[in-house]
Amino acid sequence: MGQIIVMTSGKGGVGKTTSSAAFATGFALRGHKTVVIDFDVGLRNLDLIMGCERRVVFDFINIINGEAKLHQALIKDKKVENLYILPTSQTRDKDALTKEGVEKVMEELRKEFEFIICDSPAGIEKGALMALYFADQAIIVTNPEVSSVRDSDRILGMLAARSRRAELGLEPVVEHLLLTRYDPYRVERGEMLNVDDVLEILAIPLLGVIPESKEVLRASNVGMPIILDDESNAGQAYADAVGRFLGEDIEHRFIKPQKRGLFARLFGRM
Amino acid sequence: MRIFDFFRPSKPKETVTSAHHAKERLQIVMAHERAGRDAPDFLPLLQKELLEVIAKYVDVDQNRVEVKLDRNNDFSTLEVNIELPSSKKGEPLRIKASTSREPASKDKPKEKEAVA
Ligand SMILES: Nc1ncnc2c1ncn2[C@@H]1O[C@H](COP(=O)(O)OP(=O)(O)OP(=O)(O)O)[C@@H](O)[C@H]1O
Ligand SMILES: [Mg+2]
Repeated sequence: MGQIIVMTSGKGGVGKTTSSAAFATGFALRGHKTVVIDFDVGLRNLDLIMGCERRVVFDFINIINGEAKLHQALIKDKKVENLYILPTSQTRDKDALTKEGVEKVMEELRKEFEFIICDSPAGIEKGALMALYFADQAIIVTNPEVSSVRDSDRILGMLAARSRRAELGLEPVVEHLLLTRYDPYRVERGEMLNVDDVLEILAIPLLGVIPESKEVLRASNVGMPIILDDESNAGQAYADAVGRFLGEDIEHRFIKPQKRGLFARLFGRM
Repeated sequence: MRIFDFFRPSKPKETVTSAHHAKERLQIVMAHERAGRDAPDFLPLLQKELLEVIAKYVDVDQNRVEVKLDRNNDFSTLEVNIELPSSKKGEPLRIKASTSREPASKDKPKEKEAVA
């Protein structure tokens, strides 16, 4: 039976979709059959980040409504084996998602995939609740910034009280912290919360720290998950985080400013 | 950044940084929010039972009841607002009672008696 993983945050724009694409691709690269689902109904974006926007025919909502078969809507990635994308609808709204409908799709996907990644919409309303409801594990995407940390805590509260596991009294959802858009230089200058501060406040295990990186925007421009750019800091940090998720013991990198020579300091800050 | 800063090893500033403020503020606000989350949600039941007691003595309109819990730093207040049907004539009679919850507040719990 596959594991359902929700990528969630409460706050918008912190990097859920970027991280969903990176993790899904990372799992698949390591040979795990993976599907990534866009739960952001009405604001479809995962397809763009995964680079499959021109191949969308049917979507998640079509399947829930019985207008298409699951296999008609699943998009097989062209670059990476074992990787599938389930896009969402661009025209309907969050009410198109029902617990019963989502559950049926999840049960079907569980039989076929090792990992099912749910890319949550922002907020703590119906869409976000639906994305986290069936989760076995949750990756809490957080930026080192006050409102993001606070919203992450709200989401942790929802996982503990309103997920399916909580409602049925099963083992709680496993929580992981993914700190993204981390700028070690600003942290060093005391302008940004550091990893330890955020860990102390949220008190959940750290899965990874993804540095702020210009390459993330470039990767999204061309529809390539950042993890495929193994020269970028962010891509490497995601690859490490995927390894840790799979149980490997990998040291954290990119938390401290890299030592730079005078030349680098004079010509280019990053 | 001034030109000499390039050649100086950056040393941590002695002044309290903005990140430090961020951490402190988060710790305070989140302690509150978590406490609110973990508290049993007894307000609806409290409201129901209160109404039952009061209904023994007066006719109350189920919709004219308001129960509110306010959390402050060292004490919380529970405010119950019940609007009673107008007695005889004129303005509706209102009963208002406030009691403070653990830890006991320094100032004595305010008992506001209500009037017309
Ligand atoms: N590590 C990073 N470095 C630099 N930019 C990043 C990084 N991670 C994400 N971004 C940028 O932040 C923006 C928001 O990212 P993304 O769409 O993944 O967030 P989201 O949480 O899915 O947003 P929403 O809540 O709207 O769904 C994008 O422009 C993305 O390129
Ligand atoms: Mg998104």
